[in-house]
Amino acid sequence: MEILNEDMGLVAESASGLLSKSHPITAFRALRDSGVALGYDKAIVGEMAEMGWMGIALPEEVDGADFGFRAAGLIAEEMGKNLTAGPFVSTAVLAATVLRTAGGDALAQWGPRIAGGEAVIALAMDEGVKHRPNRIVTTATKGADGVTLNGRKSFVVDGVDADRLIVAAKSGDSLMLVMVDPQTAGASVTSQVMLDHRNAAVVTLDNATVPAEAILAEGDAARLALGAALNAGRAVLAAEQLGVARAAAEQTFEYLRTRKQFGVLIGMFQSLQHRAADLYCELEQTASLVAEALNALDQGRDDAEALSRAAKAKAARLGRQATEEGVQMHGGIGMTDEMDLGLFMKRDRALTEFLGDAGHHTEWLLRQRGI
Amino acid sequence: MTDLDTFREETRVWLEANCPAEMREPMGEDDICWGGRSFEFSSPAQKQWLDAMASKGWTVPAWPKDCGGAGLSGAEQKVLSEEMKRINARPPLQSFGIWMLGPALLQFGSDEQKRHYLPQIARGEVRWCQGYSEPGAGSDLASLQTKGVDKGDHFEVTGQKIWTSYADKADWIFCLVRTEPDEKKHTGISFLLFDMESEGVTTKPIKLISGASPFCETFFDAVKVPSEQIVGERGQGWTIAKYLLTHEREMIGGSDSAIFAKSDLISDAAQAIGLDDAGRLDDPMMRADLGKFIVDEMAFDAHVAMTRAYMRAGNELGARSAELKYLGTELNKQRQSLRVAAGGADDLVWEGASNDAGQAAKDWLRSKANSIEGGTSEVMLSILSKAILKMPG
Repeated sequence: MEILNEDMGLVAESASGLLSKSHPITAFRALRDSGVALGYDKAIVGEMAEMGWMGIALPEEVDGADFGFRAAGLIAEEMGKNLTAGPFVSTAVLAATVLRTAGGDALAQWGPRIAGGEAVIALAMDEGVKHRPNRIVTTATKGADGVTLNGRKSFVVDGVDADRLIVAAKSGDSLMLVMVDPQTAGASVTSQVMLDHRNAAVVTLDNATVPAEAILAEGDAARLALGAALNAGRAVLAAEQLGVARAAAEQTFEYLRTRKQFGVLIGMFQSLQHRAADLYCELEQTASLVAEALNALDQGRDDAEALSRAAKAKAARLGRQATEEGVQMHGGIGMTDEMDLGLFMKRDRALTEFLGDAGHHTEWLLRQRGI
Repeated sequence: MTDLDTFREETRVWLEANCPAEMREPMGEDDICWGGRSFEFSSPAQKQWLDAMASKGWTVPAWPKDCGGAGLSGAEQKVLSEEMKRINARPPLQSFGIWMLGPALLQFGSDEQKRHYLPQIARGEVRWCQGYSEPGAGSDLASLQTKGVDKGDHFEVTGQKIWTSYADKADWIFCLVRTEPDEKKHTGISFLLFDMESEGVTTKPIKLISGASPFCETFFDAVKVPSEQIVGERGQGWTIAKYLLTHEREMIGGSDSAIFAKSDLISDAAQAIGLDDAGRLDDPMMRADLGKFIVDEMAFDAHVAMTRAYMRAGNELGARSAELKYLGTELNKQRQSLRVAAGGADDLVWEGASNDAGQAAKDWLRSKANSIEGGTSEVMLSILSKAILKMPG
């Protein structure tokens, strides 16, 4: 429905072209079957950098493409459709936005490396089983030789083999963002393979001391940088989840058009037609909400946070509907590993938890409206 | 300054000078200007505003100038609508003539018909109603049986329509009649226009569960309709009807649709139910429902905005109007249900001292028709599954 301008049309086209050709679902299956803990093909980082995607949210002074979040969302949506694994959201959206917002030496140092595909940087924020950015207990204590970190970070997406971790910690009452080399004494990264076969590390920080220069931001500046990154991450992840839902729905619609039972194509049955059409309507309005959220971020609008949270919440509900309906309408075959539906369902589940589920963001919207 | 900037500047100045202060106040259902021969203006300002806008062609800004419009481009229409919104200007005129018949005539009418009927609609002189549904033809509209017999210089129309909105207040009707009884059901229908004061036309309002009577039964007993009052060819009625229905669905589905009673649901709920010590609505289940509603409403509003931009760029919505109609009406039913639930016993009051006693309950009851009128939600889903998803059968 949305009319893309020429630039955005090219981004969507090139993303669709590259990903469906070089990184389709079959590639993801092969990666999964190989059992690599990293969960993505390292070569993809360079390929994405070459396309300008790794620097999509970075300014040109640090070799970024500065193409905005609408473009990032178009890429993420194609990654969702193709189940392409790669550190795009973690590094090119979350880490890049923290660095860009915080500015300073770290941006100059790490911006070009992110844009060039030479560094993967993961955001180490969550601590419990649910995303609660306001309940960080990991501590950062300033001392003579720098800042010392203590705590445990979970669900650090793309944290395995990352070049750096951006750790969110409490320094007294205020927030601090610290760039941590995972090789630092006292820091340990435990690899976990998740249900969607991507990696998410558990990071423990046991008196891990890094130099004072590693502090990216603290206090209000840290809150601002983290807030900007989370808003961008929410909207871009919503776009990826929309892509997952679209692909699951497309496969399901095609199945309804071709599968015969009782001597007829099952797409003849009105009970299935109506559910399929309802899913289609939800896909379309969610797509509009996601696009609106990404546009609001690019335009720096006041409603960007509310829209990005609403988009994340709506995409989670849509993704669940699309994947559950997909499996149910396929019947027994939908439960098999041979079909892609299970892969979509698993990716969808992980995307829902990543940066907060529908309930988390809906709660914020209710608070914003004063109830 | 671009041409569009100039247009905005001029529009702003003109609206400022010509929109009466009263016409910038929030409006209720009774303040809608429907126009028509027997319409009673609620104030001199209402008439002044209508006449001023009609003189600019801005009651129907997209229509060609010789049809009573202003021939504005998509971008100019957007500017006009933004500038009107800026000063909270009320719509000067709302009518089925604007929403439905006009687009159909522009597409299918003869030049004479366009120049005759459209300016009357634009000036609010003639109020139209729609003769579609019949007692035996609801969702299965194409099975309609009202007869139009060719008598040489006129058609003789006999039969019954139902759910004719405001038939008792309308001046003219656009009506589907079966003129070709030997053709298949979709190809035997013609689209006729006639005066509701013609001999043989009677109307009878239907009282609804809300107590209001916006719909009528309409009876035709050998009504004479001059032959030149057919739109398009004989047997082309269904094609025109379908085209017109897509406009009706766009209209019903739109988020600022005239038929959706909007209210500040969230603050009303907070007021009625109260907050707990943590500042949350003191009703966790309703709060969760409201949360889901907030997200859905944001999604729908974004979708309406996106759809408008898509259409302004010159795209036809076609079957996708069913998607807006389905989403918009189901959302409004949800809105009204939450509103009366939040109002509790207060919103059970049907008659009382206050002016708006019973309004929420009436809006809630009214909303139940949203997913029936203009094609049921089930019909919308069937259309989408066939036209968009290409399901078999």
